Amino acid sequence: MSESSIKTMNMIEAINSAMDVMLARDPEVVIMGEDVGYFGGVFRATAGLQKKHGKTRVFDTPITECGIIGVGVGMAAYGLRPVPEIQFADYIYPGLDQLVSEAARMRYRSANDFICPMTVRSPFGGGIFGGQTHSQSPESLFTHICGIKTVIPATPYDAKGLLIAAIEDNDPVVFFEPKRIYNGPFTGYYDRPVEPWSKHEGSAVPEDYYRIELGKAAIVREGQAVTVLTYGAMVHVVKAVVAEQGIDAEIIDLRTLLPLDIETIEASVKKTGRCMVVHEATRTSGFGAELAAQVQERCFYHLEAPIERVTGFDTPYPHSLEWAYFPGPVRLARAFDKIMKD
Amino acid sequence: MAQHQKDNLAPLHLHIPEPKFRPGDVADFSDVVVPPVDDITRPDEHVQPADIHPLAYGLVRVLDGDNQAKGSWNPGLDPDKLRLMLRKMLTVRAFDDRMFRAQRQGKTSFYMKSFGEEATSVATTMALHRDDMCFPSYRQQGILITRDYPLVDMMNQIYSNRGDRLKGRQLPIMYSAKDYGFFSVSGNLTTQYPQAVGWAMASASRADTRIAAVWCGDGSTAEGDFHSALTFAAVYNAPVIFQVVNNQWAISSFSGFAGSERTTFAARAIGYGIAGLRVDGNDALAVYAAMQWAADRARTNNGPTLIEYFTYRGEGHSTSDDPNAYRAAEEYALWPLGDPVDRLKLHLIALGEWSEEQHSALITELSDSVKATQKEAEQNGILGHGLHHPFETMFEDVFEEMPWHLKEQCEQMLEEQHDKFGPEWEAR
Repeated sequence: MSESSIKTMNMIEAINSAMDVMLARDPEVVIMGEDVGYFGGVFRATAGLQKKHGKTRVFDTPITECGIIGVGVGMAAYGLRPVPEIQFADYIYPGLDQLVSEAARMRYRSANDFICPMTVRSPFGGGIFGGQTHSQSPESLFTHICGIKTVIPATPYDAKGLLIAAIEDNDPVVFFEPKRIYNGPFTGYYDRPVEPWSKHEGSAVPEDYYRIELGKAAIVREGQAVTVLTYGAMVHVVKAVVAEQGIDAEIIDLRTLLPLDIETIEASVKKTGRCMVVHEATRTSGFGAELAAQVQERCFYHLEAPIERVTGFDTPYPHSLEWAYFPGPVRLARAFDKIMKD
Repeated sequence: MAQHQKDNLAPLHLHIPEPKFRPGDVADFSDVVVPPVDDITRPDEHVQPADIHPLAYGLVRVLDGDNQAKGSWNPGLDPDKLRLMLRKMLTVRAFDDRMFRAQRQGKTSFYMKSFGEEATSVATTMALHRDDMCFPSYRQQGILITRDYPLVDMMNQIYSNRGDRLKGRQLPIMYSAKDYGFFSVSGNLTTQYPQAVGWAMASASRADTRIAAVWCGDGSTAEGDFHSALTFAAVYNAPVIFQVVNNQWAISSFSGFAGSERTTFAARAIGYGIAGLRVDGNDALAVYAAMQWAADRARTNNGPTLIEYFTYRGEGHSTSDDPNAYRAAEEYALWPLGDPVDRLKLHLIALGEWSEEQHSALITELSDSVKATQKEAEQNGILGHGLHHPFETMFEDVFEEMPWHLKEQCEQMLEEQHDKFGPEWEAR
């Protein structure tokens, strides 16, 4: 790829570019969702796509998530490759039956007679004063469903490459976009000025087609002292805290929760002997529980300390007390202190 | 104890629907209104939905009391086609009888008959093009039978045996047959409604010529998917035909629990601006005519139609319930709209194109043929007797490519089988 085709993009621009590339490349790709057409989406992820690719390729839908996902399943059965947007992950629940009982099991239940190559995009996570209905992180629910892949990017570069791979995948994918880092790699220090993506290497995004294989994690910082397993916005929070505290942590951005890149995780934990799992979602039955179980099954005799979980609390996302809920620098620093002392 | 009462206001009252008849009662359907043939004449297919509201409350009928086909809805089918329709309906009946019995004999876990509702899947399918896409509920085996899907494959599915095209993964009767335009049946109700709309929207967006047809029952019109689907179809003018097989019962709950005490199911169309037809579901010619009208309409970009087939579930919901526990005995015999097979037979006889002797002979022929097919299917095994697909197929098709965690679990399962069955099993 020539140097000239690299552009500085924030995460929204990268996601938009992924859909733009795929609409041009594959006539079966269809984008739909609430406000995604003429207006270009409430977060602007589909801005300009309808004008460029036409109304039968990119269009607005009624406000029914059950309908949006169910219609997507039918379009996929016809042979299209639908990419529906659910405006906020918090709104995905009315569509859950269509995802769990239909999309996820279509290949299995019909023994390959029908498949569901659909990618459901949805902004998730808090830190934007969205209250309990615009802040949730429901990713672990989807990892519990057999037949769906769950993907969460942490940089613009990854967002584009992973979204293209998701759209090309012949199985249904839930693609959660950490909306707190749409415009910059939020570090968890909410009282400091927001850093733009342009200062982050992950904002150098090829304008053309490329893909990042699903199921492969990225080691975003190599280290010897402790392995941190995380994803989405928390990757940047962990990086900032590690830098601030001077901890030699190995930070793994999972990128795909299911299928999980267990090899990368196992090798790292066996090397460092310590493991911390970090997510913004609520703690109990969160994806961290699965990660902790996998690590102890595979690395128990290499562990020098109990696995630490750093998560949101088991409450609905509080509006005014958002920063007391968020697993920010203080909660992380305490966890690092604990795991390094043990 | 009331939480809050005011002396000057009458207390509120909660209505819990109750069917008119329960076990021990003698059903009396004299209040079922059966309007005369052509009470409302057939409108042009290009009519605006708002101009045909009475059709959502009436009853499209063709076969009259004297067994003659009459009126503007008469599709004018030739005797060969009528005999084919009768044959297909009788095949469904013969198939249902054998498979119901097979379940009772312990050869499979579950079965669902469509006794009394055969016209709503056979006549409808005959009115569609062969390549139109059907999104069935669980009681539309008549679609597959009408499209000549091999009965042995249906039986293999019911037995979940090694010949089952679905690899023994689905509850009996939840067929899938893409090549026959038959979508994978879900056990979750009405999920196929938005899917059919999506398929139809895809077809329209590709300037295709195929349309979609979808079935659900009266009870499951209450699902949110039903309303999402009708909204989507209305918004995009999708070439889809919604069908509600109103057989009066949802397991033990009568149609009142889906709102039938207030209005018809066809009238659901009115609020969405969709064409709505209420049809005598036991009149195979009326069913055919309604589907033909709706299909012409969809095919000419005049949009979706909702058809209610007013019919009666002649037997239990499935092999798992006994209708005598919740409804009056003999209800089906007293049903004022008769039996769809009998009515078509009597029509053919009235035309001089059929006889009781031919009819009996056909029933025997079909019964023998189904029995022979059953024997053939049972060569592939019956449920729970070992002749299933290989154990490792359990892990296939969850994803296109098997991820590591499923490979690990597959190995574990195979080791368990080894422990259970020993080296003999390994050498299989």
